[in-house]
Amino acid sequence: MDNKEKQTLVTLITFIVIFTGYILYVYNNYVVGDAEILNDLKFCGKAFLIFIPIAILAQIIIYIVFSIINKIITDEDLPTKNDERDKLIELKAIRVSHWIFTLGFLLAMGSLAIGMKPYIMLIILFFSGFISSVFSELTKLYFYRKGF
Amino acid sequence: MSKPVFKIDKCIITNNIRTLRFHANEMTQQELADRTGVTRQTIVAIENGKYFPSLELAFRIAGIFNVPLDNVFSFRLEGDPVKD
Repeated sequence: MDNKEKQTLVTLITFIVIFTGYILYVYNNYVVGDAEILNDLKFCGKAFLIFIPIAILAQIIIYIVFSIINKIITDEDLPTKNDERDKLIELKAIRVSHWIFTLGFLLAMGSLAIGMKPYIMLIILFFSGFISSVFSELTKLYFYRKGF
Repeated sequence: MSKPVFKIDKCIITNNIRTLRFHANEMTQQELADRTGVTRQTIVAIENGKYFPSLELAFRIAGIFNVPLDNVFSFRLEGDPVKD
């Protein structure tokens, strides 16, 4: 497994762990005691907005730790530049991510159209963001492994 | 009136980068990568036929070995006889 594959895998696992951890934290600390809180759109907005800096910060910290461990084990620096192949793979990953998020957006709007509560729409949007990010990383991993 | 059917044969692109590196004083993949401005992984992928480089990178590679482009990469259509 080359460094780019390792980097992508670490990003993927980190994102899944952070997302799952955050969802469980919010669910156990706020939703379990008072399920009606989901109808408070201010709460939903805050929960989504707080997730972004937490995810970015955690990704940076884990990336630094991973770089140090990788340097100790393999004595190789992680690649810092993106060449033409990396850019092409990234474009393909963005395309996959875009289509999945678009599908999620349509589902979210569909939930409103059939009369579901707004928080269901927000949850679908949040999860489609998550799934699109996961598929984006999986696409990168696929192209790094298989080539094209 | 029936529509014309265009059949495009699958193309096969091969390369001699490994051989050229050998003749260039056993140049390493990392050295070639540094001189062409890409990562070593990209050179590995090109050598293994997993990635076809841009025309610019192809010319850069040929320039480093000081050979014409068709000495580095060869192209044929599926079904064509293999040239020696």
